[in-house]
Amino acid sequence: MTAASSPSAISQASAHKLFSWRRASAIAGTTFRDLVRQKVFYFMLVFAAIIIGLSLVLVNLSFRGQLQAVMDVSLGAISVFTLLLAILSTAVLLPRDLEERTLYTILAKPVSRFEYLLGKLWGVGIMLFVATALMTALLSIVLYAWQGKEVSNIMANVEVEKVPQAIAHLKASTFTWKLFAGIGILFLRAMVCAAFTLMISSFATSWLFTVVASFMGVLIGHLVPIARAVWLEPMQYGVEVSWYLTAFLRFVILFPDMQMFNLVDSIAVGDQVPWADFGSAVGMGCGYLAVYTLVAWLFFAWKEL
Amino acid sequence: MKGRILGLLVLLLWGIAKMPLETRIAETRREQQLGTYKILSNVRQQLGQAGFLAVFGGLRSAIADLVFIGAHVQWEKAKYGKVKEYFDICTSLQPRCPLYWDMASWHMAYNAAAYVDMRDKTITDPLERAREIHNYWKLGEDYLLNGIKNNPEDWGLWDNLGLLYREKFHDNLKAARAYGEAAKRPGRLDYVHRFEAIYLADAPGYEKEAYDKLLAIYKEGDSQQLPTVLKKLQLMERKLGIPKDQRVDIPPKYRLPPE
Repeated sequence: MTAASSPSAISQASAHKLFSWRRASAIAGTTFRDLVRQKVFYFMLVFAAIIIGLSLVLVNLSFRGQLQAVMDVSLGAISVFTLLLAILSTAVLLPRDLEERTLYTILAKPVSRFEYLLGKLWGVGIMLFVATALMTALLSIVLYAWQGKEVSNIMANVEVEKVPQAIAHLKASTFTWKLFAGIGILFLRAMVCAAFTLMISSFATSWLFTVVASFMGVLIGHLVPIARAVWLEPMQYGVEVSWYLTAFLRFVILFPDMQMFNLVDSIAVGDQVPWADFGSAVGMGCGYLAVYTLVAWLFFAWKEL
Repeated sequence: MKGRILGLLVLLLWGIAKMPLETRIAETRREQQLGTYKILSNVRQQLGQAGFLAVFGGLRSAIADLVFIGAHVQWEKAKYGKVKEYFDICTSLQPRCPLYWDMASWHMAYNAAAYVDMRDKTITDPLERAREIHNYWKLGEDYLLNGIKNNPEDWGLWDNLGLLYREKFHDNLKAARAYGEAAKRPGRLDYVHRFEAIYLADAPGYEKEAYDKLLAIYKEGDSQQLPTVLKKLQLMERKLGIPKDQRVDIPPKYRLPPE
């Protein structure tokens, strides 16, 4: 009797689930470990840290509110670096596994292709979460330092009876729940970019193509609101409606609307962003994540390896 | 092949399904004045490739700051055409910053107009010069009106619009209305409230409205009973023929000479 047909093997095989969170999480864990070992990501984090730290110096160049300038630069850095991390780290996953033949070893085991893809995306998600958390911690330190400096200014320049009120106002406008929620939306945007990159990677033949196509996709995604506006109100933009323009605009609108996730700009200028807007961004983000993961699996499931 | 067709089909269906949702969300945000900004065709030329990418990558406001500095460099060289271009860019990158609109308007309506009036030797015809000056005032007005559209709660832009109407256009009615709007906004300073009534008093045909407003200000107490308010109040009483026993009691040193 061979091992494969032994009673225990048969019972194991019948107990094998089509999808297992444990298997996906094991892949996620190794993906995360693999990613954090790469030096390029540490460099990126260091650059992000430098820019966030520099925002304290850059406030002297700004003519607007200092708090706004600190937030603009710091949140801009978080936005750019999470995007870069998401695309670059996801783009190399599948090609490297193929090159190193790890993919064949994994898929030869009872691991489905969906579990494999989900595990990879999950691993990227953990890495992005850690990176975002580190950058947010640094932003908090920078804001705290700036707040300390401003408190000293208030103590020195504001009338004594108005000091407690001024300090309370300063503290309430520096650290707000919505600021952190806005950073959460940036993380979600990075996850959408990662899923988009994974989708491209699942049919691409080289990581370079994946990186270029993903960046183009993200860039087009930032232009979606403009394309939509032109499509809906062509007269207002002085555009002549033609079948090829309509077809092109429809094609562009199929890309993810990246401006949907840009709430930090409004938070930085002190706008009151309703919680419903965060809800709609989360809803759309989850939708994109689900669809891109599904499409990545559809592309990958029938791919000849 | 089957997977690719299925995948593309899912993408297409999702694209069709998400379109009305995203349009609705974008509409709501536009109504809330969130994340709205206009792309100008010359942004691309002005900022260069890296800057253009950064605009979409999240450094939009930081770039707007740098363009703002660039505008002032052009101002030092008295190149007002360039100043306008730079301000167009920074106001479209960050329309929610009233300072950009305010400064853009000031440079056009005051500095550029004064330059044309006193230093621009390329214009010799006085009529053309006057027309050019007027154009710069209009540009200043446009910046303020667009700034107000993007920052409806900012009282300072209305205040500056009032100043522009009275100083440049010499339109006291429009100035009074602008000050009136400023007075409705949170955080405004006290004087805009008084200016509304004071400049309305100088608008022919609005004497009764001006008188009512001045009287209301007078009744607010000593802190509001400033010389100009008292002077305008007396003038309105005289113009409207208010009986002497119904007129306010003005302190002797602020009384106007008898009619």
